[in-house]
Amino acid sequence: MDDLLSEFLTETAESLEVIDTELVKFESQPNDEATLNNIFRLVHTIKGTCGFLGLPRLEAVAHAGETLLGKFRDGALEVTPDAVTLVLESLDQIKELVGHLESTGAEPDGDDAELIARLEDMSINGPAPSTPKPAPAAAVVEPEVDLAHDSDLADADDEPIDRGPNWDEALGRELRPGEVSLADLEAAFNSVDGPADIENAKPAEDPDKPAGGDNVPVVNQTIRVNVDVLEDLMTMVSELVLTRNQLLQMVRNTDESEFKTPLQRLSNITAELQEGVMKTRMQPIGSAWKKLPRIVRDASNDLGKKINLMMDGENTELDRQVLDLIKDPLTHMIRNSCDHGVETPDERKASGKPDAGTINLRAYHEGGHIIIEVSDDGAGLKTERIRQKAIEKGVVDAAEALSMSDREVHRLIFAPGFSTAAKVTNISGRGVGMDVVKTNIELIGGAIDLRAIQGEGTTFIIKIPLTLAIISALIVGIGEDRFALPQLSVVELVRTGDEREHKVEKINDTQVLRLRDRLLPLVALSDVLNITDGEGPAVDENGNAFVVVMQVGDNRFGLVVDEVFDTEEIVVKPLTKMLQGVREYSGATILGDGSVILILDPNGVSKAGASVEGGVQSVAQEGDAQMTYQDDKTSLLLFRAGGMEPRACPLGLVTRLEELDAESFEVSQTGTVVQYRGKLMPLVHAAGPHALKTEGRQPILVFNQGESVIGVAVDEILDIVNERMNVELADASPGVLGTAVLKGKATQVIDVAYYLNQGDPDWADAANKVEGEIDTRSVLLVETHPFFQNMLSPLLSAAGYNVSIAEDERAALRMIESGARFDAVIADVDQSVTAARFAEAVERSESTANAARIGVSSRQDAEPTALGQSIPKSDRHALLSALDYALKMRGHAA
Amino acid sequence: MSSTEYVTFTIGGQLFGAEVSNVHDVFAPSSITPVPMARPEIAGVLNLRGRIVTAIDARARLGLGRRDEDQSNVMAIGVEQDGESFGLIIDQIGEVMRLENDTLEANPVNLDPIWASVAKGVHRLNDKLLVVMDIGRMLAVEGLEDGLAA
Repeated sequence: MDDLLSEFLTETAESLEVIDTELVKFESQPNDEATLNNIFRLVHTIKGTCGFLGLPRLEAVAHAGETLLGKFRDGALEVTPDAVTLVLESLDQIKELVGHLESTGAEPDGDDAELIARLEDMSINGPAPSTPKPAPAAAVVEPEVDLAHDSDLADADDEPIDRGPNWDEALGRELRPGEVSLADLEAAFNSVDGPADIENAKPAEDPDKPAGGDNVPVVNQTIRVNVDVLEDLMTMVSELVLTRNQLLQMVRNTDESEFKTPLQRLSNITAELQEGVMKTRMQPIGSAWKKLPRIVRDASNDLGKKINLMMDGENTELDRQVLDLIKDPLTHMIRNSCDHGVETPDERKASGKPDAGTINLRAYHEGGHIIIEVSDDGAGLKTERIRQKAIEKGVVDAAEALSMSDREVHRLIFAPGFSTAAKVTNISGRGVGMDVVKTNIELIGGAIDLRAIQGEGTTFIIKIPLTLAIISALIVGIGEDRFALPQLSVVELVRTGDEREHKVEKINDTQVLRLRDRLLPLVALSDVLNITDGEGPAVDENGNAFVVVMQVGDNRFGLVVDEVFDTEEIVVKPLTKMLQGVREYSGATILGDGSVILILDPNGVSKAGASVEGGVQSVAQEGDAQMTYQDDKTSLLLFRAGGMEPRACPLGLVTRLEELDAESFEVSQTGTVVQYRGKLMPLVHAAGPHALKTEGRQPILVFNQGESVIGVAVDEILDIVNERMNVELADASPGVLGTAVLKGKATQVIDVAYYLNQGDPDWADAANKVEGEIDTRSVLLVETHPFFQNMLSPLLSAAGYNVSIAEDERAALRMIESGARFDAVIADVDQSVTAARFAEAVERSESTANAARIGVSSRQDAEPTALGQSIPKSDRHALLSALDYALKMRGHAA
Repeated sequence: MSSTEYVTFTIGGQLFGAEVSNVHDVFAPSSITPVPMARPEIAGVLNLRGRIVTAIDARARLGLGRRDEDQSNVMAIGVEQDGESFGLIIDQIGEVMRLENDTLEANPVNLDPIWASVAKGVHRLNDKLLVVMDIGRMLAVEGLEDGLAA
């Protein structure tokens, strides 16, 4: 593509954006001559350049559009929405042609006769069904024409009939409507003042940059610079900053140095240089907003609403890299506000509002951030509708949803897979929703929140960093290593200790911090990063620890570190591709003392933290956020062990998935063990001991029970599926519960208990010992399905309970009536009618009146029932803790 | 008769050679920052004249076990690949040696597969064997943190 053409493309893209915006403005203020002149001039420029470059198709469309605009300008034609729509349509056609030109270097085949005909028809016959379209024209080639001539020639009466006078010898064709012959041109040129403007001499730094000003173009003293040059410059300044920091550090350590003064000066200059270079990368946010008026206009037409878009703070500047990344989310949010925020004129009148809604877009600086607010004066959010929808979609369970505050419910619209639009419209609700917006904003280290007031409107608040290249970071230490935590995610620092205001407490083995009436889960950074060479636990026996309170999305947690140093401005450098798979890091940086430290990715740390603390749940959700919540389905982990066919095990039983180095396996008397999190973990392979790898990485399913841990090695972890599981219990081989059809394949479902016993015959005993101080308590398990009998009963016995199994309620009642005493009754509540009756019977019976009652369900989101809360059968932790809690409560009551 | 210049070095007692054109730098790595959670082949990251360089432990890469002690005297070969800088940590740097191309012999068939994947061939020197290292393959540390390591 030659330079001339690429220059044309860049300029045209700029002009088209401006025209879009200006036209919408013009439509609402048809008397604003300055706006119209500006539009006309831009279209004219495009047209002229096309002619010069030999782009007939573009020229023709642009010309027809220009003619129609000319009519507007002369007042010959009334400005109607239809007419403007037609002009916009022609602009879209130009954009498409330009797009094609850009990718192929040539105009596409075909013609635009139909569009041009409509444009001409509109300019000749006035607001008929169609509208004209603006045509680009270049002042460079074609001298500007007196428009009076245009209208004469295009006069509605003589145009269709009187062809003769329009035949132009020089062109060898009929003149188009509005076109003038060269002879006329000559005459016009001699008699009229020349064109007022030569617009296209104005260079800009970037195609995205707004083309000069609102109305009258000013000849800017600017120069186009390739973005790569700016990036290089930025990199070099970053290096300079680092070197400067290094020097400062060296001099800081000496009391008197002759370098002090010049270094101070160097430091200042560097700072200014840095600021200057940063500025070259800055662009006003308005350039990301240019498309929005058009979008709002089109949306309001499509939706039959009246919406005004007010913009404030267009000149707020931010890094162009950031700017690029927020364009799409912003567009989506504006569409969303049009579609869901602003009501229809009728609805608005009914609630006593003016029939035109307003969307306010504001941007301003706050600290090192930019705040963007998108607010509408619509109906606000329908809290109950969202709550209901979230339950339906399985985003939260019913109990959780009911306990949420309105604000928390509102935030659910950011949850993945959530979209409240009752019908899918053209405007929004394409399945990607606010969750995508949220993800994109969080990717650049930003945050999003919303405020909604019923009947008064909704405001979205986005907070994004000014730049991604230099961030403020908190330097923390683990043992000998230091890491940088982006300040944006750091909420506060807390020093804990038994003697201090903030104490670390424990639930089972999980550490939490009570902080202003909230429980904050604690995650040790050393655990997340698997650093074991530190000096013991991050929280010492007196509860002393440094806790960095982090906020990642909706997740707030405390990160326990050994040391906290200071805050530094750091230059983010990407890590090698080899390390980009490690989600815990987002980059590296060089500190003032010359050492390299890694920058932690708060998102990755949060996710890793979840798997350290919360078992495998987060993995399941990563696999497929939808699947965990579907009715009657069980999450199953698919893996391969000995042979190619998949095997499965309920995911709820697995505590963690690990990949350990096979070289770290040790063979002891009782079998293979491996050091794992400071303990020896017995290791068995699901396909027999010989299948253990001797080198490389060995995938392992880790099962946890009380104090004991066991690892079941597999060949390969395949997938996590969520399916209804119909287990055929035909298979008699040891270690296999049965066969189920999963993902269309026959899959052996393994008997976890079998492997647990194989790896550690004392498994159940060991667990018993932990609970040993309490008398063994008896539990009645009412469960019809053999699979769940097999799954739950070893689990309960392993936890130290004496388990009796009843196949159904009747059998259970027989057992109760026969006088057997039970401390707890666990029953399937999926058949709610029988469950309620059963609950009554249990209560009436003397031997079980005091027994704790727990309902279990094969569904993940079952409603509470007569048997109390219902717990998913696959969630062993929940079941055990509920049982424990219920028994304790009963103990107190007795 | 064409010949190639090699930089020679030793890893775990074995003499290796890398084409001079591939080697940008030879330096003594100081203060390598370890990268927890990364593969054992990655010794860490370090600052080489203002650039962040990823250090690859050649011993670990060749399956010789990660170097734990004796961090002090090691040397590193600076290599550029795909616009990124790497430092290959070796035991000792040797000399620059010009060797005839036609005396290069194919890898012995019984060579360890990891070694075979990074070796281009073997030169028989008077007193020992020199393995010609394919630096590109050496840096191809694959399958990083894949799978479901939670």
